[in-house]
Amino acid sequence: MGRYVIRRLLQLIPVFLGTTFLIYVLVWAVPGDPFAGMCGERPCEPGFIAKMNEKFHLDDNIFSQYFQYLGNLVQGDFGETYNGNSVGELIALRYPVSVQLAALAVVIEAIIGVIAGVLTGLRGKGFLDNLVLVSTLFLISLPVFVTGFALQILLGFELEWVDPVVSSDPTLGELLLPAFVLGSLSLAYVARLTRTSLMENKRSDYVRTAVAKGLKPSRVVGVHLMRNSMIPVITFLGTDLGSLMGGAIVTEGIFGIQGIGKMTYDAILQKENITVTGVVVLLVIVFLIVNLLIDLLYAVLDPRIRYE
Amino acid sequence: MSTVDYSNGDHSNSELLLEVDDLWLEFRTSDGVAKVLNGVSYNVHAGETLAVLGESGSGKSVTAQAIMGIVDMPPGVITGGEIRYHGEDLLKLSDTRRREIRAEGISIIFQDALSSLNPVYTVGFQIGEQLRLRRGMSRKEAQKRAIELLDMVKIPNAKGRVKQYPHEFSGGMRQRAMIAMSLALDPEVLIADEPTTALDVTVQAQIMDLLKEIQVERQMGLILITHDLGVVAEVADKIAVMYAGRIVERAAATELYRMPGHPYTLALMDSMPRLDQRGQTLNTIKGLPPSLLNIPPGCPFAPRCPRAQDICTVELPESKDLGLGRTSACHFAEELVNRV
Amino acid sequence: MSDPTAASTAVDSAGAYVTAAEHAEPTTGKSRSLWSDAWRNLRKRPTFIISMVIITFMIILAVFPSMFTSADPTHQDLQRQMLKPSADAWFGYDFQGRDIMAGVAHGAKWSLLVGFFASLLTVLIGGTVGVIGGYAGGWLDGILSRIGDVFFGLPFVLGAIVILSAFRAAGLKSAFGLVIVVVLVISALTWPVAMRIMRSAAISAKQQDYVKAARALGANSFRIITKHMLPNCMAPVMVYATILFGATIGVEATLSFLGIGLRAPAISWGVMIAESRDYVQHAPHLLLFPAGFLVLTVLAFVMLGDAVRDALDPKLR
Ligand SMILES: Nc1ncnc2c1ncn2[C@@H]1O[C@H](COP(=O)(O)OP(=O)(O)OP(=O)(O)O)[C@@H](O)[C@H]1O
Ligand code: SF4
Ligand SMILES: [Mg+2]
Repeated sequence: MGRYVIRRLLQLIPVFLGTTFLIYVLVWAVPGDPFAGMCGERPCEPGFIAKMNEKFHLDDNIFSQYFQYLGNLVQGDFGETYNGNSVGELIALRYPVSVQLAALAVVIEAIIGVIAGVLTGLRGKGFLDNLVLVSTLFLISLPVFVTGFALQILLGFELEWVDPVVSSDPTLGELLLPAFVLGSLSLAYVARLTRTSLMENKRSDYVRTAVAKGLKPSRVVGVHLMRNSMIPVITFLGTDLGSLMGGAIVTEGIFGIQGIGKMTYDAILQKENITVTGVVVLLVIVFLIVNLLIDLLYAVLDPRIRYE
Repeated sequence: MSTVDYSNGDHSNSELLLEVDDLWLEFRTSDGVAKVLNGVSYNVHAGETLAVLGESGSGKSVTAQAIMGIVDMPPGVITGGEIRYHGEDLLKLSDTRRREIRAEGISIIFQDALSSLNPVYTVGFQIGEQLRLRRGMSRKEAQKRAIELLDMVKIPNAKGRVKQYPHEFSGGMRQRAMIAMSLALDPEVLIADEPTTALDVTVQAQIMDLLKEIQVERQMGLILITHDLGVVAEVADKIAVMYAGRIVERAAATELYRMPGHPYTLALMDSMPRLDQRGQTLNTIKGLPPSLLNIPPGCPFAPRCPRAQDICTVELPESKDLGLGRTSACHFAEELVNRV
Repeated sequence: MSDPTAASTAVDSAGAYVTAAEHAEPTTGKSRSLWSDAWRNLRKRPTFIISMVIITFMIILAVFPSMFTSADPTHQDLQRQMLKPSADAWFGYDFQGRDIMAGVAHGAKWSLLVGFFASLLTVLIGGTVGVIGGYAGGWLDGILSRIGDVFFGLPFVLGAIVILSAFRAAGLKSAFGLVIVVVLVISALTWPVAMRIMRSAAISAKQQDYVKAARALGANSFRIITKHMLPNCMAPVMVYATILFGATIGVEATLSFLGIGLRAPAISWGVMIAESRDYVQHAPHLLLFPAGFLVLTVLAFVMLGDAVRDALDPKLR
């Protein structure tokens, strides 16, 4: 187990460096004048350009720029926007609502998806099974923004059950619909994954053994079948939590949520490169850490992994 | 092979434990109806070893699964017959009562111990689980008993091993753990479905010795399903030979070896590698068993039988009683047995 | 579907298909290959037939849009702004008074082009890297896998926005150029998934006896990969490619919705949906028709992928 953890940690380092470098290059090393259009319609003032060049060492080569950026980052300094606001503070301000949204989405996925998957996986073919298969097929085929629009029009404008856009400091109740939209695609995957996983394991030899041992059906399913079948599902849910925090741009846009996704989107349009880099780097860190935790969780759930 | 010699004996006077009587079973799949068991009958007494022989697909495992009540249903459907345990038809029992008989009355060991043990629980947990749930033992007591059981099946360092996972065991040890698990509730009948096929020869012999030893000690009924005629000769008291879902021959082991009473049994014996004929090509049985989706009329063995006559493709041979507890389903059974 | 990397879960486990190949060994003495077996099974599946009908229709629509409409999709007429569907214009008119049906017909081409090339390129890159890594193993596999991880670690939508807005600054004008950029961006961010699927298939295939035999006989690596491994590794990747085809159409729409995907003159369904954004409350038909076609197409590909996967998996037959 110890060696496994260390190996995963070591693998993380090159991936972290690679991904963040990639982002850095993409954001800063684009051909052409990095300041074109950066200060709105007017060209930037020369003093500002000089200041920025100095601050970000833009005259150095890209590698040394990157490592200096990384150095600041390690000290917790995400840099400043052109207006002199601290990017770190901006992120701290916007992050909580995005985290709430992502967590709520995963909870919705887990509850609805797992229930649908378990019901169909245990019962096998039948009406319910077909219903779940067809509805997940639709959820998978609908781009998130179409789901979002459709539900916003239907529930928000037509039926007026919910506010079409959330308030500036939304409650969990307000976030429910956006979270459902955000998690809808994964919800379909969770349902299908649970279903296939159960169907496969239901016929497995060790489940047969458990029955032959004279255990009650509830124990066979609850202890022997579920534990094995839920491993891939839990892994998926965890990974999703990591990626949904960054994937909320569309949903936040539709429902007017002032989260990290909205902030990044605005920053990209306004060429706030420092903000963009900061957020993406942060998201990558979150993604990688969540994945590491998932790997470890996996090793806890499945003892075979620990000794590989 | 085996270091222990157990003489084949007659146990017909001991208590009759389990009786499969004219069992019919089919699988209704999208490809059609596969008639997998077509009137299977056999029984086992206390202290007795019944060996069930037959080609792959002849229905040996399905019969065992039917006894345990673990056939996949659907697609499986039992269309006739009884399975009596102490004279009581298991097929008519409630689910609860049936469950109580599993592992306490009749227990089973599967061929592939690795896939039959749950990969995410320790061996000790899996053995102790039944003790806790059905004997009301505490976690501690169950653990202690699991260690004793592992000791009994001769797993070295049982105390340490009990906390390990199945994948940390070797193949032979896994099968021993499987045996320990199936013996945890002291069953009267043990079904061993090819318990040694996945193991290498020396380990095979050790496991067989162990099984036999425990059986004699506890006076269990043992149903041993196997391909290995060598194993059968050493441990079986009586033998049932299956072909296409039927028992084609039943006899005391010594009798059957002395004089097979069915052409299929003869062919099986011919196809067995023998030490005194090393280097010769084996006489494998030519042809394939009939498709169970569509069993032709007459004797199912007819297309492959060297003794087949016209009648064989028309009339299904009934199982004939040849005396001394011996039966054979061949039109020419008497001639075969009285050859010499 | 806004994140094609998630589509990998639709391909449950790559290993399943390799066992599928094993199980497809002749059972009746007649040798039947995995593919012909699967094909026979596939033909009987209703989902396969439905999805093929939809896909064929969409392809015809893309190639011969004028078969379905004579209107010019770019002709604006503010007089008929946002008119509801009628006998004259079945799908109605958009906010600039353009015929929506003409737009949908002519937009099919752009959506399908992006879907086709992006999934093709993804599978080519990912498949090649995956089979090399899986076959070679060792340090090469380690390096390739880490490179894959680097791209996989980028959040898809954010990564796409960053790259695309960079290109946007470079100022592309031609429709074809726009398509190429979107295709490249999608493939660049998605190939690690194809790589992982191919890699695990290749690792299992490598352990098959005939591959071991070929290696023992001294066949060179290129030959072993192309002759022995690829035919057995293709199944899971093909399933993924099919689903990805649909997924990328949805992704293109998402990118266009964010204002960084295609744009005039390449007016795809996604662009039409994005343009409907501000009017959708009062004129839902602006959203309904392009979105309907989009969803139908994605649905068809996902269904096709499902059907192919089930047909290839003997356990489910
Ligand atoms: N769950 C099932 N569904 C459909 N058919 C089945 C099922 N289980 C077994 N069968 C069929 O029943 C027949 C008998 O199988 P069984 O496992 O009893 O054979 P066996 O004699 O044990 O062979 P082996 O020596 O290979 O273990 C086979 O034709 C098999 O295909
Ligand atoms: S009945 Fe005929 S075919 Fe069948 S075993 Fe006897 S001799 Fe052979
Ligand atoms: Mg068997």
